[in-house]
Amino acid sequence: MRPGSTTVRWRMAFLTDRLTLAVAVLVALVLGMPLLKPLFAAAFPALDRPLYEADSFLALTLDHLALVGLSSLMAVVAGCAAGVFVTRPSGAEFRGILEAVATMGQTFPPVAVLAVAVPVMGFGPKPALIALTLYALLPIVENTVAGLEGVPEAVLESARGLGMGPVERLFRVELPLAAPVILAGVRTAVVINVGTAAIASTVGAKTLGLPIIVGLNGSNQAYVIQGAVIVAALAVVLDFGFDRLAALSVRWRRG
Amino acid sequence: MPHRTILHNRVALLLAAAIAAAALTLPFLGFAPNRLLSGRPVALWAALEGAALEGAADWLVLLPGAVVLAVPFLRPGRLVSVAYVAAGVLFAVGLVWLAGEQAARLAANAAPAARTSFGAGFWVMEAAALLAAMDGVRRLGLASAWRIAVGAVAAGLIGVMLASGRLDQLSILKEYANQRDVFAAAVVRHAVLVAAALVPTLLVGVPLGVLAQRVPRVRRAVFPVLNVVQTVPSIALFGLLLAPLSVLANALPGLGIAGVGPVPAVIALTFYSLLPIVRNTVEGLDGVPSAVREAARGMGMTKRQIFLKVEVPLALPVFLSGLRITLVQAVGLAAVAALIGAGGLGAIMFQGLFANALDLVLLGAVPVIVLAVAVDAALKLAVSIIGRRAA
Repeated sequence: MRPGSTTVRWRMAFLTDRLTLAVAVLVALVLGMPLLKPLFAAAFPALDRPLYEADSFLALTLDHLALVGLSSLMAVVAGCAAGVFVTRPSGAEFRGILEAVATMGQTFPPVAVLAVAVPVMGFGPKPALIALTLYALLPIVENTVAGLEGVPEAVLESARGLGMGPVERLFRVELPLAAPVILAGVRTAVVINVGTAAIASTVGAKTLGLPIIVGLNGSNQAYVIQGAVIVAALAVVLDFGFDRLAALSVRWRRG
Repeated sequence: MPHRTILHNRVALLLAAAIAAAALTLPFLGFAPNRLLSGRPVALWAALEGAALEGAADWLVLLPGAVVLAVPFLRPGRLVSVAYVAAGVLFAVGLVWLAGEQAARLAANAAPAARTSFGAGFWVMEAAALLAAMDGVRRLGLASAWRIAVGAVAAGLIGVMLASGRLDQLSILKEYANQRDVFAAAVVRHAVLVAAALVPTLLVGVPLGVLAQRVPRVRRAVFPVLNVVQTVPSIALFGLLLAPLSVLANALPGLGIAGVGPVPAVIALTFYSLLPIVRNTVEGLDGVPSAVREAARGMGMTKRQIFLKVEVPLALPVFLSGLRITLVQAVGLAAVAALIGAGGLGAIMFQGLFANALDLVLLGAVPVIVLAVAVDAALKLAVSIIGRRAA
């Protein structure tokens, strides 16, 4: 095989890749929405303002991502730490109650958790951040415990045989083997948080939900569509991205 | 290690520490002149002091709390675990009762608009008490039906207090008193939305699942689509349905279709509900061992008989857990649907958020959570009963 053809094929694969396409669509929507103003004006002739211009879509997208990213990051750190703790002998006693909380908590609708955070913490991005973090913790904790629990005893035994200490075993054997399962939990958390962050604009956080809420309250369908399309594209991009990460984590696991 | 002999339950110790810290440092209640102002804090000891001045026996609430504090140091055993569960439940219920009593005392010397609402200390202690009950139930090693029964007892006791009117001076119930008719209609609407989405979901989802299980090509086509739908945030799907449905409504005015209201909500809920139903129908049928199918065929059963008498009963528990996921999810999504004018409990919740009326937020949000947990428990109970019968 000539090296040139591989490069070309790789380039073609990159161009037709669904993640690349989804990212391209998202970027085009975020940056190019103002160009569609005539289109929205034609589709909704009754509207005085056919384009949401109070904030730039780029700023809203970045704020949205910051809220989702920060809450997910805090949840990953705390959730993995809790999952590791309860699968060690010293924390085994807490495992049952932690799992029970994680299971039960996931039956609480995210929108209700978000709403309940407001009377406790007031309006603004803070209750949204706390509610999203708490909600994201549940699937991450659940999957961290399941992933670490799924590491075969024989593998741990041979790691011990190789002279690995508990810390080395955790970072070089257990966590790499559990990574795909943990990642699946992070994916669940992030996908839920993208949606909840959009609703968080009703509690005073500035996110991509804002054009939707403003549009629904003011009967401006164009605003609603502009916000909804970008939120949907963002969710799909993140979902496809996690697909890619999952494939990579399996490869990492194989070493 | 010496602590092993003294300390027998570190989970209870952590919960007891949380209860003690919350009781001493966080406000138990908030007392405000009206519903829009934020309140001044009322500590737990202030509530107990108020009761003592009137000679009321509210301090009894502390007894189950003391049991929870003692459990870490008691030698583990069945009796201790039973006491632990009972103490957790009674403390959780007692805190609500104490809050109601103190609210009544505060209301006696205040203007009618005054509000007494739960403070952070109440929430922390309530959560810790319920977790203690859960931990105790787990330590007893009871079957899931018993776990649900313990939850039902706690819910029942709080229900009795609600019905007795002892809690009427709490802000959330004052809000309820103002909104009685709205609230009842919202609960009905919420249930109707969920049920209305369930009908098309089952009519489409079950046959689709059965087909997908038999035909690999259908399976490969269906799941990527349903997965992407599930990924799209609910608020975005509601928004995206708005435009095509309004166009349709303008084109066909006679059909009662509209871009906002309950119809698009039910359509969106159906899209979300399909994935768990189809997935669990397929997984349930996949789980039927081929040896069982062979045996049924050997007994001379027809294809139809094998499906109805062998495959369906064996796939039922997995299917029902899909139904549980669908319903719990739909209860939450129906709350979001209030944003597009579908009504339901979400309408009360968002009205409260937009008007900065926090009691109204709770009046909408708390029943949504209760409804989701109740649906979850009811279907888990059904699965465990059917599972036992099948075994």
